[in-house]
Amino acid sequence: MSPRAASRLEGLGFEQVYDYVAGKADWGSFGLPIEGRRDSRTRVGAYARTDVPVCGPDDRLANVRELARAAGWDTCFVTDARGVVLGRLGRAALARDDDVSVEEAMTPGPSTVRPCFELEKAIERMHTQNLSNLPVTRSDGTLFGVLRREDAEARTASQAARP
Amino acid sequence: MPVPVDRDEVQRLVEEGAQLVEVLPEAEYEDEHLPGAVNIPLKTLDATSAGRLERGRPVVVYCYDSQ
Repeated sequence: MSPRAASRLEGLGFEQVYDYVAGKADWGSFGLPIEGRRDSRTRVGAYARTDVPVCGPDDRLANVRELARAAGWDTCFVTDARGVVLGRLGRAALARDDDVSVEEAMTPGPSTVRPCFELEKAIERMHTQNLSNLPVTRSDGTLFGVLRREDAEARTASQAARP
Repeated sequence: MPVPVDRDEVQRLVEEGAQLVEVLPEAEYEDEHLPGAVNIPLKTLDATSAGRLERGRPVVVYCYDSQ
């Protein structure tokens, strides 16, 4: 649709016409601000924590465990050099007392949501699947942050309490 | 020829004063749109509706995705 609009504007005499072909789906999937009835405040990206610890697949579990604990987290995401999510170390994996590589201990390919995913649907998913948090990734697979169930539920509770 | 641009280029163009135009129907625009964008649905895009735009400034058009 946008190529036709761009062409029509040129036909109307506009000389500097650009076509953002990937459109608002791409924009939202990177967590950039959205306006309108369903603006950024209704999306996961606004509530995702970005201070979650990350590590590489070749790191040692013992070192990562210390890093995660020091940061106050019971989960850690495993990413490649570009920040693409490869796996996750949950509470059980971090509690292992052996010192294996992260790659050996991680759960590969966790399911993720985009920053523009609706907050209400994310809460529903966490309830249904009994998850305490959801990793949030951009459309290129890089880690955006983590939505914690307690943060999401606190948000909806505060909204419900408003007169 | 209109120039295809990516997300980073859109942000740069807007910082430099470009006008953002969503060409989807009004209901979709009201639902969600890029900050500062105006809505001129493709079906209504003609010389009259385009009169809202300044000819001396760059114009970036977009819809939902590339489909």
